[in-house]
Amino acid sequence: MDHYSFLRQFADSWMLLVLFFFFVGVVFWVFRPGSSKTYRDTADIPFRHEDKPATDKTDKEART
Amino acid sequence: MSNTIKLIALGLVTLFAAMAANYARDTAYMVHAIIVMLVAGGLFLFTLRRTGEPVLAAPQNEYFDSVVRAGVIATCFWGVVGFLAGTFIAFQLAFPHLNFEFLQGYGNFGRLRPLHTSAVIFAFGGNALIATSFYVVQRTSAARLWGGNLAWFVFWGYQLFIVLAATGYLLGATQSKEYAEPEWHVDLWLTIVWVAYLAVFLGTIIKRKEPHIYVANWFYLSFIVTVAMLHVVNNISIPISIWGSRSVQVMSGVQDAMTQWWYGHNAVGFFLTAGFLGMMYYFIPKQAERPVFSYKLSIIHFWALIFLYIWAGPHHLHYTALPDWASTLGMVFSIMLWMPSWGGMINGLMTLSGAWDKLRTDPVIRMMVISVGFYGMSTFEGPMMSIRAVNSLSHYTDWTIGHVHSGALGWNGMITFGALYFLTPVLWKRERLYSLQMVSWHFWLATAGIVLYAASMWVSGIMEGLMWREVDANGFLVNSFADTVAAKYWMYVVRGLGGVMYLSGALIMVYNLYMTVRKAPAKEASLAVTVPAE
Repeated sequence: MDHYSFLRQFADSWMLLVLFFFFVGVVFWVFRPGSSKTYRDTADIPFRHEDKPATDKTDKEART
Repeated sequence: MSNTIKLIALGLVTLFAAMAANYARDTAYMVHAIIVMLVAGGLFLFTLRRTGEPVLAAPQNEYFDSVVRAGVIATCFWGVVGFLAGTFIAFQLAFPHLNFEFLQGYGNFGRLRPLHTSAVIFAFGGNALIATSFYVVQRTSAARLWGGNLAWFVFWGYQLFIVLAATGYLLGATQSKEYAEPEWHVDLWLTIVWVAYLAVFLGTIIKRKEPHIYVANWFYLSFIVTVAMLHVVNNISIPISIWGSRSVQVMSGVQDAMTQWWYGHNAVGFFLTAGFLGMMYYFIPKQAERPVFSYKLSIIHFWALIFLYIWAGPHHLHYTALPDWASTLGMVFSIMLWMPSWGGMINGLMTLSGAWDKLRTDPVIRMMVISVGFYGMSTFEGPMMSIRAVNSLSHYTDWTIGHVHSGALGWNGMITFGALYFLTPVLWKRERLYSLQMVSWHFWLATAGIVLYAASMWVSGIMEGLMWREVDANGFLVNSFADTVAAKYWMYVVRGLGGVMYLSGALIMVYNLYMTVRKAPAKEASLAVTVPAE
């Protein structure tokens, strides 16, 4: 089989499946149990450390 | 020691550029060689003067904001230049006499058009993306930019790229690829700058203090990585001589066309969409003072967007030598893209839920909201136009131009203005903006300008498309091309007026931001933290 046909067949079979299931996997991963709590914390990232970088000490204070 | 290496390198570059200016086979290349020679020579002297001086260590407990401040200034400057060029060429189309005889070959529409597109996309948009990404990645990683002065190299290197690209267009050095016009030597320079940009951004993410990578950084990172890939693949060419700007593309025919529009559409998808979504996901929550509506949706938005966008390019090549399956694929993926786009729009808009009253009091948030509104509008219009039947009417007409501008002026422009209004008081440690009333003026001028622009181009584009395909009973075309040009005259005038309004809004913004730095009261609490003189 020539190079083009091989790549073409690979792209619209296996690679398509890999990409599709990766995406579906991401959706499931996002809705995993306990994710809401994690994401609430992540969504708050812009509201910490506005003025200066975290040192190890300030970082702990910010999350407690 | 490192200064010695720098001096040797800069000396060699200066020498090489001087030789290149001497051997140059065309004017554009010679001018570029002279620019490079002057810059490298100047840097040589600058480095020489600082050699042996004590070097101050960069304070790791402060953010690297001087480069962001420079980026804000550059964004304003290139924005005004780009809008001015666009308004001028809009009037050139309405009044061809503006293609002045004494400027033939330099200042006619064909030379100025790429100057306008590159100035607004790469100079205005690119500087906005670099500046905001440097700002956002530091705040959301709680870490200073990685790489020390490498960020300055990225900033100035990018400005040099813009100057080389712009002078090249005026002097006729172009490889005739839309949005990828710069010739091989400028492409190589941009590649170097872009790799440095990726290193700074990724380095900062790697040394972050937050356990999670905030979603804005995902969008910025996908923008940087994808643009690197697109730029390198679309610009594979062989220079005819190292002493000249001409080159020959390695791919030819439909392969080249497909590569070009794979690049072209993903420049829209990753430069003008993913990068600016990074801005949206940081600055809208900040300005609204509440976290993003749904973080889960933002993750799905991200993966859906990048998985779909990359396939949408072939819709630019309906009814060409491109195989039907490829253009159908592009069309189908373009239509599917509607979903993640609107998911992102909903996420941006709903961030304001519970704070809708801010729309009345805060013109900056109004600006951000209308930008997301225009994002939703143009990501509905785009998929529709990618359908083959619609495209047969819309392609090559002004409808496309109107679509692009409702996206670029509405979405990219407005979100950038919003970010600039947010950043200026923060970066220069001011209590507030100089005048909110001016922001309101800017908002309404820009919005009305876009409405004039988009509406006139819809009318003009659909009229033009219908006139082109109109045939009489015997199957002969009814209209000549010149008939359509004459019919579009008033639409072109209205479009130019829209441009004038948009430009005047931007000028008001520049004045307002300047006065914010000069006159607005300083933020008292932050006076304790001095602005480092780096």
